[in-house]
Order: sequence, then C-alpha cells, then structure tokens
Amino acid sequence: MRRIGGNERHRIELTVNGRSHAGEAEPRMLLSDFLRHRLGLYGTHVGCEHGVCGACTVIVDGRAVRSCTQYAIQAEGATIETVEGLADGERLNALQQAFHEHHGLQCGFCSAGILMSAVHFLKENPRPSEAAVRDMLSGHICRCTGYDGIVRAILDAAGTLKDQTKETIGE
Amino acid sequence: MTSNASAPAGPGRYKWIGKPVPRKEDAALLSGRAQFIDDIEPVANLKHAAILRSPHAHARILKIDASRARALPGVTGIVSGAEVAEITRPIPSVVKTAIAYYPIAVDKVRFVGEPVAVVVAEDRYIAEDALDLIEVAYEPLAAAVDPLRAMEEGAPLLHDELGSNVAHRRSFEYGEPDAAFDGAEHLFALDYRFPKYASTPIETFGVTAHYLPSPDRFTVWSNFQGPFVLHPLMARALGVPGNRLRLITPPASGGSFGIKQAVFTYITLLAAVSRILRQPVKWTEDRLEHLMASSSAADRVGRVEAAFKSGGELVGLRFNNICNMGAYVRAPEPASVYRMQATSNGCYGVRNIAIENILVVTNQMPTGLNRGFGGPQFFFALERMMDLAAKGLGIDPADLRRRNFIAKDSFPYLCPGGSLLDSGDYTKALDECLRLAGYPELKAKREQARKAGRLFGIGFAVGLEPSGSNMGYVSLAQTAEERALAEPKSGANSSATISMDPTGSVTVQLCSTPNGQGHATVAAQIVAERLGIEPDQVDVVTEIDTQTSAWSIASGNYANRFAAQVSGAVSMCADKVADKLKLIALEILECDVRDILLADGAAQIAGVPEKSIAVRKLAAAAHWNPVAMPERSEPGIHETVVFSPPTLTSVDDRDRVSSAVTYGSVFDLVALEIEPATGRVSVDKYVSLHDVGTMLNPLIVNGQIHGGFAHGFGCAMLEEIAYDANGNLLSGTFADYLCPTAADIPALTIGHLNAPSPMSELGCKGLGDGSSMLTPAAMANAVADALDMKEVELPLNLHRVWQMVQGQKPVPASALAPTEKKADAVVAPGPGVLSGEGETVIAADRETVWRTLLDPDELAAVIPGCEKLTEQGPDRYAASVTIGIAGIKGGYEVAIELKDKVAPESLRIVGRADGALGHGSAEGWVTLAPAGDGRTALSYRYNARVGGKVAAVGQRMLGAATRILINQFFNGLNRRLGGAGQRSGGGGPIGRLIAVLAALFGGGSR
Ligand code: FES
Ligand code: FES
Repeated sequence: MRRIGGNERHRIELTVNGRSHAGEAEPRMLLSDFLRHRLGLYGTHVGCEHGVCGACTVIVDGRAVRSCTQYAIQAEGATIETVEGLADGERLNALQQAFHEHHGLQCGFCSAGILMSAVHFLKENPRPSEAAVRDMLSGHICRCTGYDGIVRAILDAAGTLKDQTKETIGE
Repeated sequence: MTSNASAPAGPGRYKWIGKPVPRKEDAALLSGRAQFIDDIEPVANLKHAAILRSPHAHARILKIDASRARALPGVTGIVSGAEVAEITRPIPSVVKTAIAYYPIAVDKVRFVGEPVAVVVAEDRYIAEDALDLIEVAYEPLAAAVDPLRAMEEGAPLLHDELGSNVAHRRSFEYGEPDAAFDGAEHLFALDYRFPKYASTPIETFGVTAHYLPSPDRFTVWSNFQGPFVLHPLMARALGVPGNRLRLITPPASGGSFGIKQAVFTYITLLAAVSRILRQPVKWTEDRLEHLMASSSAADRVGRVEAAFKSGGELVGLRFNNICNMGAYVRAPEPASVYRMQATSNGCYGVRNIAIENILVVTNQMPTGLNRGFGGPQFFFALERMMDLAAKGLGIDPADLRRRNFIAKDSFPYLCPGGSLLDSGDYTKALDECLRLAGYPELKAKREQARKAGRLFGIGFAVGLEPSGSNMGYVSLAQTAEERALAEPKSGANSSATISMDPTGSVTVQLCSTPNGQGHATVAAQIVAERLGIEPDQVDVVTEIDTQTSAWSIASGNYANRFAAQVSGAVSMCADKVADKLKLIALEILECDVRDILLADGAAQIAGVPEKSIAVRKLAAAAHWNPVAMPERSEPGIHETVVFSPPTLTSVDDRDRVSSAVTYGSVFDLVALEIEPATGRVSVDKYVSLHDVGTMLNPLIVNGQIHGGFAHGFGCAMLEEIAYDANGNLLSGTFADYLCPTAADIPALTIGHLNAPSPMSELGCKGLGDGSSMLTPAAMANAVADALDMKEVELPLNLHRVWQMVQGQKPVPASALAPTEKKADAVVAPGPGVLSGEGETVIAADRETVWRTLLDPDELAAVIPGCEKLTEQGPDRYAASVTIGIAGIKGGYEVAIELKDKVAPESLRIVGRADGALGHGSAEGWVTLAPAGDGRTALSYRYNARVGGKVAAVGQRMLGAATRILINQFFNGLNRRLGGAGQRSGGGGPIGRLIAVLAALFGGGSR
C-alpha cells in the first residue's frame, strides 16, 4: 500500500454509481465525509460515526460497508454504489417502490443505509424469510418506524411477503 | 407483523381524507434528494464549529487557556462561556428560581458534556483538533447524581444561589383525597423509579448561525422542532427583538420525537458565537455529544397510593413525583411534570386526587421534550397501581379497569384536574383488545406454564393521549398568586396558509415542522378533498421561516398536535379558498352558492355536471381580472387561518385547566415469558388497541403506532442514560445506549375502535405518542405478574430481569453511594471504581525487584508512549504520555506519587491522569515477599476511577483492558528480570500504573 503523509491532501479517483469522480482528501478523512462534503452526494447519511446505526452504509466493490468506519483513501479506485444510484432515472426501483407502498420510512434518515444493505442482502438472499430480513436489519437502527414497514417492504420486493401479512388498511 | 384485526373506520363520504395514500415525501427521501440540515450550506464562507465539553460531572472552571488552540492553522476563533455570558441573558423557565441557565458553562460545569468553549475553524476536522489543545483547569467538586441523595441535607449544591437542590415543590388537591382515603376499605401504595432515557433521533442536531450587525440581526438554520414559544426566549437571551432572530428549518428533518426542541440551546449558543467572531458558523452534533448533552426525558422517583372501595371502585389517588431535571430547570421544563396533571385520573372516574411535584437538580444532562412527554412516567405509576390493586383485591385486572372506566355516555367529561375529555367508549375498546389478544386462552396458557414451573405473565396498561397542548398548562407550576401577576396564557394556535397561483396550482404552508410524520401528505389530502382536486396537485411547504411564515408560539411538532390541531387549520383554510372559488364561479354559473360543489377539478352545479367551470380558470380570474371579483372578495387567492380551540382556557384559581384538545385512548395487553436462566423476556402476544378518532391516513396512523410502540418497548427493555454514582456518563455510544433493532421488536397487533372527536374540525384525535406512554407500564406489569413481584424497575434488560428472577432488588448505578473524595486523591473501592488484585512470582531476588521497580531512569524507556518523565521531588514524578488505541491518540499528563515505602517489602502508588479524552485516578499497593530459590512473590491490588469521554464510550472495555494490561506488565517484568532479555512489555508498577491510566483513556472516539 502507498505511504501517505499526515496532512497532505491526496487526489482520490473512484467510480460512484457508474460515474467516475475525483476529489481531494486528507488521509484521515472518512469515506462518509468524502462522499457527502467532497463529492456532494448528500444522500448517504451519518447517524453515529461509530459503526452501529448503519445509516452511512454504501456498497463498495460489491460489499455493503459502513462509510463512517473507512477512510476515503481506502476507497481509491473502488466502485461504489450509493442511494443516489438506485432509481432508474425518475422511477423508483422495485425496492424503493416497496418502501413507499409499505410506509417503510418516516423521517427517511436511516433509509439510505437500509436500502443499500437490503440491495446487497437481496442479491445474496433472493428469497429471504422474515427472520433473515430482521437479522440483516439488526445492523441498522431506525427510530421512527418500529421496522414493521421496512420488513414488509423488503419481503415484498423479494416476493416473499406472505399474504396474511399484506394488510389491507383502511378499506 | 401487524395484523389489523379490526378494520379502521374510514368515513365513506370522503374521496381523500381517511385513505391510505402513500406519502408525497417518500420519493425524495428514498432517492437521496431530500435536504437535511447538514446537507445545506446557506451562507458563503461558512466556518465550522466544534464544542469543548466538560469531562467532569461537577467542577469549577478555574482557567481556560486556548492559546495553543488559537495558534493552530485553520482555527478562526475560540469563544468561552464567559464571553457568551457577556453578550447574552440567561434563558428563563416558568419556575422562578435563582438558577441562571446559559447554553454554555460560565464558571462551573454541572454535567458531563456541558459546553465549555466553542472552537471555530475552516473545517470540522481542524476544529476538533483544536479542542485537544485547549487547556482547562478545573477544580472538581463532589457531585449530586441521584435525585434522592441530591435532596439530602448536606448534599453537594449545584447552584449555590438556590441554597438547595430542590428547585420547586408544589402540592395540589382535586376533590377530597384525604376523606376518600379515610373512607376507603383498601389502600395500596407503590414506590417506583422510572429511568432517564431519550428517543435519540438518527439525525443529530444541526445549526448554522449567521450574524449581521447594525442593527444586530441573526439568521439561523436548524432542525429545531419547536415549540416556537421558545423563539421569544431565544430572542430575549440574544438581546434582539423577535423580528431580528430569523429561524429557518430545512425541508427534511431526521426524526425528533421531542428531542429536537433542545436544539434551541445551540441556536442561542451558535448565534452568540457568530456574533462574537463575526463569522457564519455551522455546527453538527456528533452521537457522543447527543447522548451526553442534548436532552432526555425526566426520570422520576415516585410513589403512588390508591384507595378502593370493597367492590373495586377507585375513590382516591395520591401521586408523589420527584422529578430529576438534570443540571438546570431548562425551558420548557417543568412542562413534562405538569403535562398529565389535568388528566391524572387516566381513563377512570376517580374524583379525589392529591399530587405533589418536586423538581430536583442533579449533575446530569438537562431534560426536555421526549416522546410521550410525562406520559410514560405517569402511566407507569397509575397502571402499575391498577394491576397491583387488582391482585390485592382479587379482581381480574381487566375487570377492575372496566369497573372504573368513565362511562361512554358521560362525554364530554370534565376531569377533576380540568381536562375536558372529548369522546370514547373505553369498555368496548378494552373488550376489543381482549378479543384480539384471546385473553381467556392467554390466561389458560399462563395457568399451564405456571404449573410447569415456567414464568409467564400478562400485563395491562390503558391510558389517554392528550394531544394539541394548551400552552397555558405549564403555568400550573406557578401558584395562583404568581399567575395573577403574570400575563395569562392559554390556547394552542395553529395556522395554515393556502395559495392558488394563476395556473390553479396550490401551495400549502404549514408551521408544524414535521420530522417524518407525513404532514405534507395529509395536508394535501385534506386540501384536495376540499377543493375537488388531486393531492398531487397540491404542494406542501413544511419549512418554517419566522420572517415569512404565519407562525405563533404553539407552532412546531409536539404533543401530537398535527392531527389534533393543524389538520383543522388546514381544513378551515381550504374551506376559505373553496368559498372564494365558489363565489367566483357563482358569477359564471349563475346559481345559488349552496348548489355549487368542487369536484374533479371544477366548480359544478350539484346534479348538473355539464354546468361546470375548471378550478384553474377560477384561479386565473382571481389573479388576472380583479375588477370582476365578487363584492367583498380580495383579488388573488391567498388565505391564512390561525385557530385556537375555545376549550383551551387559562389555568383557573383552583389549578384546573384543560391541557389538550383531544384525548385519544390506548388499551394494551401483553403476555410474555421469562427465561429464568438468562433473564430473557420473550413476548408471546402484544395487542394495542387505539382510539384515534377519525383517521386521516391509516397508513400513517399505523406507522406512528408501530413507531411509538418501538420507543415504548425500547424504554421498557433496553434504554437508559446511565451515570455512575460520581456522575460519569456510562452510555456515550449506540453500543452502550441500546436502541431496539428489528430483531428485538416483537410482533404487534394493532386494533382500532375510533370514536370521532367533537373537538377537532375533522373528528380526528392526536396520535403518535400513545404507545410510547403505555408500553413501559404494560411490559412492567407483565414481568411483575410473571415473577409475582411488586416492584419492577426499567429497563428490563437481561441483567436486571435475571437479578429479579434471583429475588434481588436492582438498584441503578447512579443511586449507589458515591465514592469518597479524599484530599490525597485516594480511590476508595465502590461503585464506578475498577478494582483488581493478583500475584506473580518473579525469578529475581527481592532487592533486585525492588530496585528495578523504583528506577526512574528505566521508566521513561518502558512506559508506552512516554514522551517526558520528570522527577518532581522525592518519590514524585510527572509524565507526558501519548497513547493510541485503534488509531485514536490521546495525550495525558500523569502525576505519580510513591507512598508508604517499606524497602524492600511494600509501597503504595497514587496517580492521576488528565487529558482531552478523559481523566482518572488510581491507587495501587505492591507487596514483595521471598519465594525461595532467589525468587520473589509480588502481589498487588489496585483501584482506579475513570471519567470523561473515555468512560462514556469505553465502558464495556475498561475492566477487561485493565486486567490485560496488568497481566502484560508482570509478564514483561518477569521476562526482564528472569533473563529473557526483553526490555519491552511494560515498566515498573509506576510505569504500569501510568500505562493503565493512560490506556484506559485510549478508547475515545474521533
Ligand atoms: S454513521 Fe456509520 S454506522 Fe452510524
Ligand atoms: S425513518 Fe426515521 S430513523 Fe428510520
């Protein structure tokens, strides 16, 4: 690995959501801060900066990682996916749409991280059980929803939402 | 999973109101486009602030030396508390006391995390670097941490001017409680503690303050949630008229649950800093700051007494509430204590109630709004009592409640404390709850489980959800005489503004500062309904700008006020617009105005759809052709409604007040089982039945119930802002302050029995808080039932439940006796103190070991990270140590003294370390004894106490880290003296002590 001086800024080139980006960062700059404040990708949120809440989760080279526990320079040359890249133009993708329909978000501050974890999770577990979804979600904190809508949204996007749990509210 | 067993009542006459319309807000939030406070930089040349915070629970600030910090390149200014105090006034509370509250410590710090100085720099990283360079000399003082101890004679005083830690005490009587107790057949009493916890929104606080001179003018962007009653207080503190403190909120806010009310303290602080430095300043709170210094619910030590007739009729209640306000009584406190007072009969018809409220200040984070605001504490007392009394009376707990419910034909019902309950059918609601839960089957299950020796319990909790708070109720904290001298306060002003532009598109402006509750969606539903258009055609602006919005003191998002209050203002305002459209249409359609209806985007004559004119044409006419406007109609379409319900009057001379507009109700039943070996609680069934009046959007209603339940469940099971007996914070990270995850939350069955409210425009009642208020009581009741125990303390975490299974009564860490502070910094073992002991045999004779231990020259070489070791005098050393753990470095100044030396047998070592990440002291005893074959047995014991940031974030690691370091040291010593020839691996006991002290501090964050 390249050795880098403490206070110098370094140019970092990486691919985010299919586009190449470049920005400057000191060696100690967190990836979350770099994405937000250097690249202007404010969709990734920061809720704890110590790796527990999961709000900052992005996909780096195919793995869901917490961008608050990585330095930006570690992502040099990486391919990153963030929440901004999920929608197909103006159209929400199936997972986003399921969050919308199942009220899987309230303030939406935790959503970016949960969506990115779910994207990665569904790739590995295309037909998950509710228990598996809850287990995956236990790496995230949402203070608004009580997780109910989130769990249903992910199951629905995967096509494993059981009929009896598809509630018909207000009819 | 939710099963929505009873179908919510949706008014069929509406097209949009009451429909589960998915939210307008979602698309931006789900695609990362929503703008939160930290996403915006509204001013050019913005600087970034970081806040230096107190590592002590209680200390005098002797001196702040910021010269090294100031010299750091990139630092653009540093402001101390004394400088802030010079240009601001303290922020008052309704309780008039000698306490002066500033948003930053001035001469004394009173809780761990209290701001001490603010650094402003070119970027956040530099500002945080500079924090480490500020040197503050503190004189640590004994702390008053536990509220009961703080009330004792001789307790350390937080505010000398106050002369006591009791800031306020008032007693109330409604009806004739003494007579009721005298005449009752059965009396019950319960003492309880309710913990300090907080709703911890995932987005932390954020403030950008911009000051401009001549005249002084502040513009502040922040995620403040209101109540805007705090605006005049902030303006006064900053010394400007209200119109020169412009507050702006961003389009999106990442949750609040009341907590972001406390942003007002930072608005004031950063505004003052911006003024002193003449720089626009941005500050974003980090999680540690949030957990130690934002705000929390007020914990309570309480006693509740109840008097029953033999048939189970509840005839009297007494509440004694000792409420811990933290270090100050900070506005709008003591509102949490008084919020439930007017409704302290709960759902019951009891008329005789006595209440005593005592506010205590302690060396803990100050309190404020938090989901349920006073409700969780109150219902814990009342509903624990009802289950307890049921047991004592031998009556089924559901039945005992039924016997005491306010009858359904007595609404509107005037409570003894003055609340005017709007509507409900509590008996039917409880029965529905029992039906959904399968109560008889659950009882049979309990029976069976008990026979098999298992711990199965059922708990109830029922209660009211006062919504749309009367701004006057806080005046209950004042005596009638005090109130007579003050201006009367009442009401709950709500506003909405609706504009229709020349193309007929609609913009609604709210002052309800939502933080995720979907106000925009629901407002659009209401306006679309009234104007006969589609919700998609309605834009809703929820950002407040105090310079342009129609705000008032009650504006903001709290006490469930949207459904209870704001929805009515929106509806009335939409009606005004509709009336105007109809009047314009009248000229064209030439019919009776009563025959016109707005539907499908047009004004039509009822029954004659072909006679219609598009709404957009009517809007165009209002803007383009004012001469043709009907008489008395103003040109354009721009309406505002500000409304306050007439029932919300001031507190009367007998301390009665209707504290809210609507009173939804909640009926909870939980069945659970406890695993005796671990203390694990598994919920078998949880049913929550709600009366929310007319539902405006069932999707959002149930989302709020799920969310409120999660908060109540977290409070019941996991969450606690914990301090040790010396006031060190023990819960500074999300690994220490545990929020429930998806794997923790049990399945919740939600039911509805909705009785429309006659008090609100659309029949809806406020909601969102209800489950957060009732779940803690219900869970505690079920655990008490399972264990057949009277006293149950929250949170019901594994450790605590396990202790209770063993029959022990748990005591919170903060309530243990504080450790003695003696002049020579000796650390006595006790709560919050790390202790250990051990023995090792070293392959060298006693004289050699002794000499090695005391050789100062060796120390500097072997102490990890030792930069400088100086001998200060005989047996006194000072060292500068830099220790990094996991890449986080911290510098410490360490002072060591050797005492009671008996060569070559024993010595005592006393040390103290201070650094930016924390402070601590330790004391060790070392004894050497011959062990034959020229070997020496070395035994040691130590006590160490740690405070500051490292204690807050590293709690789980401290004990283990200490033990590992001690082991490493003796292995190293053995190697060195035993001829292994390695110099690494530790120092003498002095070095080791220094290393232990320093390493303990190494676990800080950032
Ligand atoms: S912000 Fe990264 S896990 Fe919380
Ligand atoms: S939606 Fe607010 S934290 Fe999850």
